[in-house]
Amino acid sequence: MNRIFFTLLTALSLLSFTNNAPFAAESPAVEEIVNKANLASYYGGDDGRAEISMTITDSQGRKRNREFVILRKDIKDGGDQLFFVYFKKPSDVRKMVFMVHKHLDKDDDRWLYLPALDLVKRIAAADKRTSFVGSHFLYEDVSGRSIVDDNHELIQTTGDSYVLKSTPKDPDSVEFSSYTIWIDRNNYMPMKAEYLDKEGRKYRTVEALLIKDIQGFPTVVKSRVKDHVAKGETVSEFTNIKYNVGLAEKIFTERYLRRPPKAVRK
Amino acid sequence: MTNVTNINLRSRSTPYIISILLAGFFVFPGASQAAPLQDWLYEDLHGFVEIRNGWRLDNDVDEKDVSIAEARLQLDLSKDIFDGSMKFKGDLVGDAVTEELRPELRELNYGFSPTDIMDLKLGRQILTWGTGDLLFINDLFPKDWESFFIGRDDEYLKAPSDAIKGSLFFDMFALDLVYVPVFNNSNFIDGSRISYWNPLLGRTAGRDFILEDHERNQVFRDSEFAGRLSKNIEGVELAFYGYYGFWKTPEGFEPTSGKVIYPRLSVFGASARGAIWNGIGNVEFGYYDSISDKKGTDPFIRNSEIRFLTGYERELAREFTGGLQYYSEYMQDYDAYESNLPPGMKKADKFRHVFTVRLTKLLMNQNLRLSLFGYFSPSDEDVYIRPKVHYKISDNLAAEAGGNIFWGTEDHTFFGQFEDNTNLYAGVRWSF
Repeated sequence: MNRIFFTLLTALSLLSFTNNAPFAAESPAVEEIVNKANLASYYGGDDGRAEISMTITDSQGRKRNREFVILRKDIKDGGDQLFFVYFKKPSDVRKMVFMVHKHLDKDDDRWLYLPALDLVKRIAAADKRTSFVGSHFLYEDVSGRSIVDDNHELIQTTGDSYVLKSTPKDPDSVEFSSYTIWIDRNNYMPMKAEYLDKEGRKYRTVEALLIKDIQGFPTVVKSRVKDHVAKGETVSEFTNIKYNVGLAEKIFTERYLRRPPKAVRK
Repeated sequence: MTNVTNINLRSRSTPYIISILLAGFFVFPGASQAAPLQDWLYEDLHGFVEIRNGWRLDNDVDEKDVSIAEARLQLDLSKDIFDGSMKFKGDLVGDAVTEELRPELRELNYGFSPTDIMDLKLGRQILTWGTGDLLFINDLFPKDWESFFIGRDDEYLKAPSDAIKGSLFFDMFALDLVYVPVFNNSNFIDGSRISYWNPLLGRTAGRDFILEDHERNQVFRDSEFAGRLSKNIEGVELAFYGYYGFWKTPEGFEPTSGKVIYPRLSVFGASARGAIWNGIGNVEFGYYDSISDKKGTDPFIRNSEIRFLTGYERELAREFTGGLQYYSEYMQDYDAYESNLPPGMKKADKFRHVFTVRLTKLLMNQNLRLSLFGYFSPSDEDVYIRPKVHYKISDNLAAEAGGNIFWGTEDHTFFGQFEDNTNLYAGVRWSF
């Protein structure tokens, strides 16, 4: 899961396929790299739990913090997933829950639970490239960008990385023109992604700052997004990470929005 | 009674004191064993301190110029006990408009799961269901319209219920049942803080004519029952609802006492909500069966009606969402209503149509929120607009300002009657 979080971190989202990978002969086919990176980043174990602390720094150096717990369950490796995000800080969002049923073949279903009103609100999934809780991470970084939304090209193989360039199939649907992603050749973890805007300027970098082995899964425990244009950054730190917790599918339903499970309340 | 608000609050202050005792009881022993009290309070005690002021823009002869002036402390404590969790949330309000210091108990409940497929929640709680956005058809839990119209935080639109809620979760569907032993009415507009159209006087009235309600306070006889059967099919949320109780606002009048009353009501309805056209769409209807006036011939009891709403919300641009709803009330037995209407009374339409618009724009890393919610009724020819600016100065400190703008071509329509209550407000909140 953490990688789940990696998710958070990465734009993993980043990955998708092209049919004509030029380096297919000497390196793994680009589809294979993309698939493996997607699995490594977002699908560690059958499920996972992590606590995340985000520090958001704006262009004037002011800091804000967000703390939340994420639960993730895979319906199928590389396929549909369920996410449950339970907020702990700051206090005006405490006990709010954000839930996502991620689908590969259609728009995700998203809900927000507001405890003060006991209100289960449905949220439109249209624009996934909006800020997640005011941070520099995007919704799509949290629940993952579909690997089929971009064309991927292997542009370089270095000593430790595969370097891919990914271009959106529908350029009007996103704010970037392309991104370059560095994927660790050993474990297929995305280590860094750099985004170019429509003018070709590098405006956003997502990086894994620290990776640890947890239950045999390489896991991002610290990541950072930098905004080079508006300035500012968000650093996420992941603690109490656990894979294969045995989360029941029923946790990801309205019942547990109204009465959060022990797994998040601790 | 002189003031409905006060009555509500008074009846709520006794459980408040009990609750504080209870809170102390269950909370402190557990805390002292596991960890020092300070640690526990640091972890689990939350709340806010808020100051809020508002002013009327029109010179309403019937009401004070100050629409809201209050300082509020909210404390929120929760604690896991046995296999469930106990929750307390209460406010202490210094209200310069009513010139009183009053406690308000918002929540004191215990929630647990007696079996794997069952949840129970007992005590004072906030309850919500249904699909409307600031429109309610099958959500017959109490509202506080006064708070809504004078510019308190949206949280206060939902008034608490003293209830038992049981939920059963089967593979096929989920079933929620709510039992309210003693009727919880909505805090309606009685004239004490907001002037209103008084059909008997045939004019707008305020503090000069505060409506008195005939309270329903007998255990068992004045009980309410509400139920919902729901199911999520491939992302489409379907629900069926039933309610047996009373009109939540006093939709009846008792000529002998001169008091307004809460006639019997039963409601059944259904709703659906799901993702559509890159947004969220919903439909909901309810049949309001006014049991005490089945034929619609009693001019002092509101007729039965069919209520319907449909809505659509989507992101219009980055950090900018828009929502649109259509809502209607269709009066049953209109001929009977017409022929029994006392002479001189303003006649309601057979159909009441309302459109609502919601626009929300987030700026500055989502720390600044500009929002607008508007109700527009072509049949009543009236409007109610709620603009709001909310800025998070830091993680703990937030400021907001907004308005409640009423307008109508006539003085007796739903929103038009509140025209003189148009107000602006501003507040600052420190959360911890």
